[in-house]
Amino acid sequence: MQWEAVIGLEVHVQLATQSKIFSGASTAFGAEPNTQACAVDLGLPGVLPVLNEGAVAMAVKFGLGINAEIPETSVFDRKNYFYPDLPKGYQTSQMYQPIVGPGEVEITLDDGTTKRIRVHHAHLEEDAGKSLHEDFHGMTGIDLNRAGTPLLEIVSEPDLRSAREAAAYLKAIHAIVTYLGISDGNMAEGSMRCDVNVSVRPKGQETLGTRAEIKNVNSFRFVEKAIAHEIERQVELIEDGGTVVQETRLYDPEADETRSMRTKEEANDYRYFPCPDLLPVVLDQAYVDHLRATLPELPAEKRARFQDELGLSAYDASVLASSRAMAEYFEAVKDVCGDAKLAANWVQVELAGRLNKEGLDIADSPVTAEQLGGLVARVKDETINGKAAKQVFAALWDGEGESADAIIEARGLKQVTDTGAIEAMIDQVIADSPVQVAQYREAAPEKRGKMIGYFVGQVMKASRGTANPQQVNALLKDKLDNA
Amino acid sequence: MHDKTLTELAAALAAGEFSSRELTESLLARIDRLDGELNSFITVTADAALEAADRADAARAAGKAGPLSGLPLALKDIFCTRGVRTSCGSRMLDNFVSPYDATVVEKLAAAGTVSLGKTNMDEFAMGSSNENSHYGPVKNPWDLAAVPGGSSGGSAAAVAAGLVPAALGTDTGGSIRQPAAFCGITGLKPTYGRVSRYGMVAYASSLDQGGPMARTAEDCALLLGAIAGHDLRDSTSVARGVPDYREELEASLSGLKIGLPREYFGDGLAPEVEAAVRDAIKVYESLGAEVREVSLPHTELAIPAYYVIAPAEASSNLSRFDGVRFGHRCENPADLVDLYKRSRAEGFGEEVKRRILIGTHTLSEGFFDAYYKKAQQVRRLIRQDFLDAFEDVDVLMGPASPTPAFDLGTKKDPVSMYLQDIYTIAINLAGIPGISVPAGFVQDRPVGLQILGPHFAESRLLNVAHRFQQATDWHRRQPAFGKENA
Repeated sequence: MQWEAVIGLEVHVQLATQSKIFSGASTAFGAEPNTQACAVDLGLPGVLPVLNEGAVAMAVKFGLGINAEIPETSVFDRKNYFYPDLPKGYQTSQMYQPIVGPGEVEITLDDGTTKRIRVHHAHLEEDAGKSLHEDFHGMTGIDLNRAGTPLLEIVSEPDLRSAREAAAYLKAIHAIVTYLGISDGNMAEGSMRCDVNVSVRPKGQETLGTRAEIKNVNSFRFVEKAIAHEIERQVELIEDGGTVVQETRLYDPEADETRSMRTKEEANDYRYFPCPDLLPVVLDQAYVDHLRATLPELPAEKRARFQDELGLSAYDASVLASSRAMAEYFEAVKDVCGDAKLAANWVQVELAGRLNKEGLDIADSPVTAEQLGGLVARVKDETINGKAAKQVFAALWDGEGESADAIIEARGLKQVTDTGAIEAMIDQVIADSPVQVAQYREAAPEKRGKMIGYFVGQVMKASRGTANPQQVNALLKDKLDNA
Repeated sequence: MHDKTLTELAAALAAGEFSSRELTESLLARIDRLDGELNSFITVTADAALEAADRADAARAAGKAGPLSGLPLALKDIFCTRGVRTSCGSRMLDNFVSPYDATVVEKLAAAGTVSLGKTNMDEFAMGSSNENSHYGPVKNPWDLAAVPGGSSGGSAAAVAAGLVPAALGTDTGGSIRQPAAFCGITGLKPTYGRVSRYGMVAYASSLDQGGPMARTAEDCALLLGAIAGHDLRDSTSVARGVPDYREELEASLSGLKIGLPREYFGDGLAPEVEAAVRDAIKVYESLGAEVREVSLPHTELAIPAYYVIAPAEASSNLSRFDGVRFGHRCENPADLVDLYKRSRAEGFGEEVKRRILIGTHTLSEGFFDAYYKKAQQVRRLIRQDFLDAFEDVDVLMGPASPTPAFDLGTKKDPVSMYLQDIYTIAINLAGIPGISVPAGFVQDRPVGLQILGPHFAESRLLNVAHRFQQATDWHRRQPAFGKENA
């Protein structure tokens, strides 16, 4: 039987506010435990929450970024449950009237085509603290630094059909929030976490299968693996005559499997009700319009512009628009060198390859966009050839020069295009290679194409890589063939 | 000194008749002598009080005294006070020393007042008799066999007994007005949002409001001016200027339109209480007011709606008392669930547990719409009743409580206790202000007249109460308790 997976994601994005959603304590990552938890975060008797306007603005920006409806009124509710890292015994969230209504996110599939994924809503809520189990000798430590950190929970419709699509969706959300500057998107520090709902059904069937929820999946790779594993588990289960039960599962990246955490029967009744300490959030049109005016160009728009205006391929446009840092870098290179395709090529091949190899993010690139643009400009105007360009790039990477021009100058890498000079080098090579010349001339014309490579190599070597390869080729051919 | 009003004490301090230290020492001595029997204080902060009194005297000597400088008062033990136990009348918080001050505590300290300590109360403000306190019941100074009312019973009894000229209380369903009535003092519940709730341990957040309790309306006006105002730390506090509430005290009542809600004079109202209230209305007529009957048709729904909404909020508000970070923790918990269960079972009293259970139930899946949502709809109807009534009249008047103070230990059934609040509870649901003023006695126990006004009409209420107090002397009467010892 052919199976189809139906997947929905709940993505929790940590918003990049300076202070917490309901208190003035700092949200900075990595401080000593409980040094960033004030009376409000500790849930002391008598304290009250005050909503951080910055978090509201960020949520609204996200909504505008996915063309969502922004309801005039949204309301905070309390989600009640007991847990030691939840100081008040409830989480302040938005259950019934979220700040962001229905919208949609465009994802790029492996074949370069795009698909629209509907977002059901996005709501604001506070994060809980952390339980620490190590070093407490059978006890549990609680760190409340994270308690009260603002989260935007983005809930998709079950529009995703594969683990790859889910990963692409998560990447698209990551791109949007980092473009908007509303989150640092740092997955390793937990700035983006997601819960995944997965069910399977025979292909062509309308009704949905029973879903399992996988909690707390914290990287693009794990999302894909966890879903792939869960789909496989459910299909095997059904094919072996079993049934999927509605439950919450945890993904264990080390064992690469999901494990049952609790079933529906064990699920909490959260007793949601409107938080009486917070007023409904009422957004007037002028406020929303003001935020709309501050929105940067977003990934989908950028992708379209890269294709339509810059003539890049769908693939190139999609890769370069995938993150704000990448797109901004590319556009800076393009602006300096004046050639979008060359710029795209250099950013994606040389730069991305080297960053990848060194495990660096583009934001940490030792070669600035200005520098790379200067290098590409010299390639474009043929001041240097491709081979020299690679040397210049390596030198820039290693910090051996301020600019491409300085390195070209210092190392004499300027391309030699003077026909007389090239001819002199060719004559020398021909004179030094009597055996190879004889072999060449004896060979059939269709074999000569390959054999000329040797001579080109020698001439380039003699020029220390600076001779124009096209000129070398043409002149060599002429001299060898017409002797 | 102990029989003077706050206003008289302010004048005496200003005139140099005695110092704040002398006044404070005298009241501390009185507390020491009398409160063993009365039990109105949970914690007396004598050292801090004397220091504050000395500071106030020094400020006065330096010409920097404000209108409240050096005036002693007490705080219901629901207001967080830095460095002082804030128990909320509960075993759960018996060991809780607050690391911060409530906004009103800060404001009163900044105004130079001298807090003598923290007063007894029904646990977490849940009760109408002060019998639900971990620290034992408070006695009514008018009759030690009677309850002082609740939940601000300690504040009311302390003022009535002359242990302190004024105190802060809180009112969620009548907890300032009913004990004020039972103890023969004046107590004002301000408009919801008028006084910051920051640092006031929450019972039912959408209903709780702090307010002044004192001998006279004039004293309440003085104190309200010091504690009212917008607070950036309380989103439900209202950004609205604070007038000098004493300015309109003397305004004429000629032409004042008083409405008597038909529903507040029906079954269950003790005839002697009704007679006292009707006599008080006659006083108003003699002052030029016009009286008419009005209707608040949804009155009978107030208690049921309140006992859905308040416990629902309480069940959530009290979740933080889990034995993890502060408050009572059981001995040797076996695991997390055991820690929660035993800490809460041991830390909370009967009535608190009852309301947590009610609230947890009414918020549960499958019951939420039938209870909580319905109660909120009823709440809107009740509020509308008042708004409609205030289209026709300036203030509403009626009894604060259907009976005078009842005897300790006589109301065992929780529902009969809940019915005590029949005339006060709707006011919290509507968010409007209300004041209780002494209006007579029934068998030597005080009767309170309740006066209600539209949102933010505190100045008017205080004016209406003050003019009555100029025409009567009920508020001047003092119990025999404490006199023979004086």
